[in-house]
Amino acid sequence: MKNWRREAALKSLPTLDQATPQPPIREFWLRFRQQPVAVAAGLFVVILFIIAIFAPWLTPFDAENYFDYDRIDQGPSLMHWFGVDALGRDIFSRVILGTRISLLAGVFSVALGSVIGTVLGLIAGYFEGWTDRIIMRICDILFAFPGILLAIAVVALMGPGMSNVVIAVAIFSIPAFARLVRGNTLVLKQLTWVESARSIGASTTHILLKHILPGTFSSIMVFFTLRIGVSIISAASLSFIGLGAQPPTPEWGAMLNEARSDMVMAPHVALFPILAIFLTVLAFNLLGDGLRDALDPKLRK
Amino acid sequence: MLNYFLKRLLGMLPTLLIVAILVFLFVHLLPGDPARLLAGPNADGAVVAMVRHQLGLDLPLPQQFWHYIVRLLQGDLGQSMSSQRPVSEEIASRFLPTLLLTLCSMAWSCLFGLFIGVASAVWRNRWPDKLGMLIAVSGISFPAFALGILLMQIFSVQLGWLPTVGADSWRHYILPSLTLGASVASVMARFTRASFIEVLGEDYMRTARAKGLSPRRVIFKHGLRNALIPVITMMGLQFGLLLGGAIVVEVVFNWPGLGRLLIDSVENRDYPVIQALVLLFSCEFIVINLVVDILYAVVNPTIRYR
Repeated sequence: MKNWRREAALKSLPTLDQATPQPPIREFWLRFRQQPVAVAAGLFVVILFIIAIFAPWLTPFDAENYFDYDRIDQGPSLMHWFGVDALGRDIFSRVILGTRISLLAGVFSVALGSVIGTVLGLIAGYFEGWTDRIIMRICDILFAFPGILLAIAVVALMGPGMSNVVIAVAIFSIPAFARLVRGNTLVLKQLTWVESARSIGASTTHILLKHILPGTFSSIMVFFTLRIGVSIISAASLSFIGLGAQPPTPEWGAMLNEARSDMVMAPHVALFPILAIFLTVLAFNLLGDGLRDALDPKLRK
Repeated sequence: MLNYFLKRLLGMLPTLLIVAILVFLFVHLLPGDPARLLAGPNADGAVVAMVRHQLGLDLPLPQQFWHYIVRLLQGDLGQSMSSQRPVSEEIASRFLPTLLLTLCSMAWSCLFGLFIGVASAVWRNRWPDKLGMLIAVSGISFPAFALGILLMQIFSVQLGWLPTVGADSWRHYILPSLTLGASVASVMARFTRASFIEVLGEDYMRTARAKGLSPRRVIFKHGLRNALIPVITMMGLQFGLLLGGAIVVEVVFNWPGLGRLLIDSVENRDYPVIQALVLLFSCEFIVINLVVDILYAVVNPTIRYR
């Protein structure tokens, strides 16, 4: 019997059509360029990465150890662009440094999850049979836990902290990537160029890495981008409930948790981390949507 | 139909068993001696040995698992380490608020998501579509905890229209379920739109229009019914998101539910409660998936006869 839930999950992923080969990079760029929203989101993401890389040099004040006791809970001013929090710390500096933490957590966890998931998906899709059944069964079981619950269980086992959060978030990215890559591999392995590579005696590793992996690369890229948004939210949620980054680390979720007790007096302390996380995730989602539209063969009609 | 139901029910059992094994192993995966963990940090050697014997931790693993399952089936989930009450009692008093919260969120987000999705598909590339999709992409980008804090700040603190924390009256349910449902509503809207656009291009839709049916009839009778099939499955997948999201939202609104209990017990290292809650959440998720499968068969008869 077919697993209808898996079919539906696959349908919501950016999968390949058998009849349409991958568009060349130039054609993709031409179609991507026509979407002003996605281009703007892409630029914003680039700026975010620049901020994340140069964060320690961009902060006007020390994010953790600078305390301005005269301006506690003061709103935005020329000196403190985003205002000052309940302990007298500069919120602008903290948000800037938080960009680095959130981006690192998002990119690292998705990279880890996508590499493991892609390898599993390639193996499951190429060999089929019992390897496929075992791998997909494991994925189904991982899907049997709501993601954040799995992460909480992992943190309960290994203790709170950002690196454990990254591992926890990576674990629940694995099954999604495995399913996506498996679906694409099932389609790609029947194409002529794979068939001919096999018939001239290319090794399995060579076929998987040189002929099948590049073919599924574009859908991995789309899903990777969309997944970063989800992972940033998950990591920040875990920090917010006190299981991720611990104060005084300027992680956005942890900052919000600290700001909560002082909402009536100083709402701006919560506002800027909220804006930062919303705009960051929004940019990744819009970029991912744009990449998908540019790569989706159905829209070319 | 009954046949299909039984098959699905049986297919659920291996997953349930593996989940139970994982949850059982949870305490054994913890670094350190489980008996020492359960006895507490101040216990001496004799107490640890007593706890080990009492809980059967000195038995071989398969036997321990068997005892665990037998006790589970009798409704015995162990004893909370922090309150010394049976875990089942702790959970029972927290179950209803969480269930009501998730159901409220699911109801509004599905209705709203369907509405936005259909409207966006029917007026594709015009302003209702653009507005709807703008709301939807914002909805999936807004983390639940941030949205909850923002809504609480606006409607409870600034305007004073709604209560902030607790679950005493129906007015307490408005902000938490809005917060919890926002991302699900957005996903549903995007998914419904995609599914409906696909259906709009089908031959039978052209036929329905060609034979002179009113646009409303074509959309609701012929279109929506077919577009709903993948949407219902998506609803099942989203329920897991909602269960997970409830944990975070309950922390924001200090909701007296299971999520709040889970976070508290993680902080107190109350392992029996964590174990029971992880098991409960997973079982809930598996049962919901079963219900979705059944619903799916009701809407789409071709599945039943395979």
